[in-house]
Amino acid sequence: MAENRDFFYRRLHSLLGVIPIGIFLIQHLLVNHFAVYGRESFEQAAGFIHGLPFRIVLEFVVIYIPILFHAILGVYIVFTVKYNNKRYSFFRNLMFTFQRISGIITLIFITWHVWETRIAIGLGSAELNYSLMENILTQPFMFWFYIVGVVSTTFHFANGLWSFLVTWGFTITPRSQRVATYATLIVFLVVTYIGIRAIIAFAYGA
Amino acid sequence: MAENTITMIITRQDSPESSPYEETFKIPYRENMNVISALMEIRRNPVNANGENTTPVYWEMNCLEEVCGACSMIINGQARQSCATLVDKLEQPIRLEPMSTFPVMRDLSVDRSRMFDSLKKVKAWIPIDGTHDLGPGPRMPEKKRQWAYELSKCMTCGVCLEACPNVNSNSDFIGPAALSQVRLFNAHPTGEMNKGERLEALMEDGGIHGCGNSQNCVQVCPKGIPLTTSIAAMNRDTNIQAFKNFFGSDHVY
Ligand code: HEM
Ligand code: SF4
Ligand code: FES
Repeated sequence: MAENRDFFYRRLHSLLGVIPIGIFLIQHLLVNHFAVYGRESFEQAAGFIHGLPFRIVLEFVVIYIPILFHAILGVYIVFTVKYNNKRYSFFRNLMFTFQRISGIITLIFITWHVWETRIAIGLGSAELNYSLMENILTQPFMFWFYIVGVVSTTFHFANGLWSFLVTWGFTITPRSQRVATYATLIVFLVVTYIGIRAIIAFAYGA
Repeated sequence: MAENTITMIITRQDSPESSPYEETFKIPYRENMNVISALMEIRRNPVNANGENTTPVYWEMNCLEEVCGACSMIINGQARQSCATLVDKLEQPIRLEPMSTFPVMRDLSVDRSRMFDSLKKVKAWIPIDGTHDLGPGPRMPEKKRQWAYELSKCMTCGVCLEACPNVNSNSDFIGPAALSQVRLFNAHPTGEMNKGERLEALMEDGGIHGCGNSQNCVQVCPKGIPLTTSIAAMNRDTNIQAFKNFFGSDHVY
């Protein structure tokens, strides 16, 4: 293993994108979706997650460390590519480039989002409640920033799921890869709906 | 066709170290010309479009029937074999450039050594030599032979490496061609005996993990080799090999 470090890191990068980061993403958007059912519903759901035992440990093991690893190696990967979509304008090549662009947008979004919410709460300058998100998302600029950020993240996750299936050798034949394209498109639409619906609920009321 | 001359704009370079420049040529049109016969015309009469004497344009060729891969170059923006590209099917002016992922030796000729080094690295052969007669090898089912034949058509032309966004000077990625060759030799009943060694070569730095699934390779391969199927299959096999190495027995071949 020691001599095949790159192979190991790249496989780890791929795995972490789905487990746990992708799982966390879905869980996170589902909890946010409680906003659609009203102020109390959201606060109860968020409060439940907030009150989980060993929360700090869970946060580090399931969220911070995996995302940090995935993001740092991800940025490196993004900048070692010679993009050639003009010359080779195939669908998969376009997805390949979008995967990398959405990675960067997601990184910017997550950094800002974590700063504005989790870190602010940790420092005591904000409180975990419905109003926190309401105050952010009723500003038009932040509303659109969150829309772009969430769509970029869900695209990155869904398209990443497609390449995850190739990286781990699940989808080998062109046919299975084509079916996976449609399946991950559905994943993209469903997860995006769940995320966006919550943003709209915060901004305009349920 | 109404025109009786062909205009070619060729990216030239005098030596590996010197900087490239463009030179335009006008060549008398003949029917059914391919890019190589046009280049031969320049070699016969090395005069550029301004009427100045110049050095003949240099390129590589061998088989002239799209099986050796030596004549690959970028023709009107597309990497392909100049022997198999007909002038009548090209838009004018015809632009010729050397492939960009390989070091240019001179004019349109590039050094594809890295591809041959890759084949050595992944042991893309079947060891059959011994100190005594090893006898006939195991037989291969006819269906499998036909399938393997398709993979064996690779001519190391480099077009797939040229199209791959991950093969560049910032990365040590081996490229699609060698990955597919591992699948070919691992599928052979005798070649299979060294399966683990080849997979391990793919797990070394610059190996299969450099692939990011842009899938350009399979679109551009002139031989129609199912490169992305090979890559996904080798992804599966290297993962299994990695698990075997880590959790499995101490005897992993
Ligand atoms: C919510 C956060 C994120 C999730 C859920 C996520 C998920 C994924 C998944 C599932 C993959 C597919 C892995 C594979 O190809 O096998 C992937 C790939 C990738 N991610 Fe992320 N990711 C996230 C954040 C980021 C960030 C912040 C970056 C940094 C720029 C990034 C950069 C990349 C890159 C470059 C790839 C392509 C890797 C490759 O093809 O080898 N990701 N991601
Ligand atoms: S796989 Fe196809 S494109 Fe790549 S080197 Fe072989 S013949 Fe050329
Ligand atoms: S000369 Fe052999 S492929 Fe063109």
